[in-house]
Amino acid sequence: MKNFTLTHPADVGGAITAGAQPESAFLAGGTTVIDLWKLGAFEFAQLVDLNQLQLRGIEASANGLKLGALERMNAVGENPAVKTHYPVVSEALLLSASPQIRNMGTMGGNLLQRPRSLTYRNPDPNRHDGPSRFDAIFGITKQSSAPHPSDLAVALTALDASVRIQGKGTTGTPERVMKLSEFYKVPQADLRFDTLAPGDLITSVEAQVPFARRSAYIKVRDRASYQFAVVSAAVVLDLDGDTIREARVAAGGVGTIPWRLPQIEAALKGKAASPETFQAAVADVGTGAVTHSHNQFKIELLKLTIIRALIAARSIV
Amino acid sequence: MSCFQENEEVGMPDDNLSVNAENNVSTSRRSFLKQATGLLGASVFVTSWLPPSAEAASPTSAVAAKPVTATPGAGLVDLTLKVNDREYPVTVETRVTLLDALRDRLKLVGTKKGCDHGTCGACTVHIDGQRVLSCLTLAAMAQGHEITTIEGLADGDNLHPVQQAFIDKDGFQCGFCTPGQCMSAVACIKEGHVRSDEEIREWMSGNICRCAAYPNILDAVKQAAGATPV
Repeated sequence: MKNFTLTHPADVGGAITAGAQPESAFLAGGTTVIDLWKLGAFEFAQLVDLNQLQLRGIEASANGLKLGALERMNAVGENPAVKTHYPVVSEALLLSASPQIRNMGTMGGNLLQRPRSLTYRNPDPNRHDGPSRFDAIFGITKQSSAPHPSDLAVALTALDASVRIQGKGTTGTPERVMKLSEFYKVPQADLRFDTLAPGDLITSVEAQVPFARRSAYIKVRDRASYQFAVVSAAVVLDLDGDTIREARVAAGGVGTIPWRLPQIEAALKGKAASPETFQAAVADVGTGAVTHSHNQFKIELLKLTIIRALIAARSIV
Repeated sequence: MSCFQENEEVGMPDDNLSVNAENNVSTSRRSFLKQATGLLGASVFVTSWLPPSAEAASPTSAVAAKPVTATPGAGLVDLTLKVNDREYPVTVETRVTLLDALRDRLKLVGTKKGCDHGTCGACTVHIDGQRVLSCLTLAAMAQGHEITTIEGLADGDNLHPVQQAFIDKDGFQCGFCTPGQCMSAVACIKEGHVRSDEEIREWMSGNICRCAAYPNILDAVKQAAGATPV
């Protein structure tokens, strides 16, 4: 746990310049960075404290969702407009971590938290978990089969959300917008599963789903509360009467990155929003899954979790 | 009831004597431990802190036995921490957490170090009225904010309704998690998350009690919620 310097830049440009320096890391809520640093799993010479930046604001309506990267998890989860127009986001946040951690953790930091796995949480990159019931069943690579830990990312994946990123360019700090489906990649040799370059800073999270008020997040845990998901499901339903115009389905606890399930979405489209439809749509969810004896239960659990989420979303008036 | 005893000790951090509600005047547990350590002889305790090489090389362990010294020329930060309406100037390494600054430097030892990794809730304090984990907060991040610890809850000799409720409802056994439980309970009530037993349990779930006093903690929060305007 070597010491480090701490800077408090006053604007985004200053933060990006500092963050692009060698051995620098950003610090927002601290719930991941300080934890991993104490474990010796994350070292840096400089921490760049982002908390002076004005990356704030919660906008939620049928026209869109925009969350400042430094908004805290509880503030977003308890926001009345988010609850009304994007219940899947509110539920995912309020089912995450503990009240204290939710007062600290930010939108940007949440998306970048590391899996709760020995592979990511010790100083020796050659140490790996043995087979575990928590292992992911999708997106497994030679490097990692640890499930991505974020609930928020699963909800945002169902919303096909984007992150707005500013980074260090040859002149200034150009901005780009990336869909989460491009932002995340399955873990490579360096165990990274994001596509950020040094100095790249998430400034906001955005989504545009006018029908997201009919959405739900169901999380299955080993404890009643304060636990990472064994399996979770985020769904969004666009209904025309009883007919599904469009459905979005993503799952947590099963992928090395948040996992969208387009084949289920396709199977739901145009059908009646009935338990029979839901059951038929999830029947093949295990296609392409890689399981072993400890975690093969996740396929059946995932089916039931998605059905529960679909029923919850359908019941929203 | 360690949290309440230490609470009283903290009002006079440099004093070996503290007022105990039951015995009027007694030596606090912490002061006693410090004195006992000194009497038993420093060599046993001090050399055990040293890595083997230093131990062998340094029979006069007093100098070498300061394992936490500043990295020369770098990494120190001068802070003023505002805790319980009092300002504390302190110089710490940038890596020092708010928890360690409170306990080791400000001698506000009511806040407890449990897991030190953000999973147990024993270190819960309020920053600007919001409950957070002091073990995952750098002291330097807390500057310029209002910090409240368990020592700041009581009004003189009058316990906060939450503290009183934990006594009335027997909301602890060993007491180690109790300061964190109390800080979380105060926030939980203020946030309004006390509309049902289920809601209280959910919003108190960030504080683990190894003695499993949960039913009594629930009762204490309910009593305090009734006594405190939400």
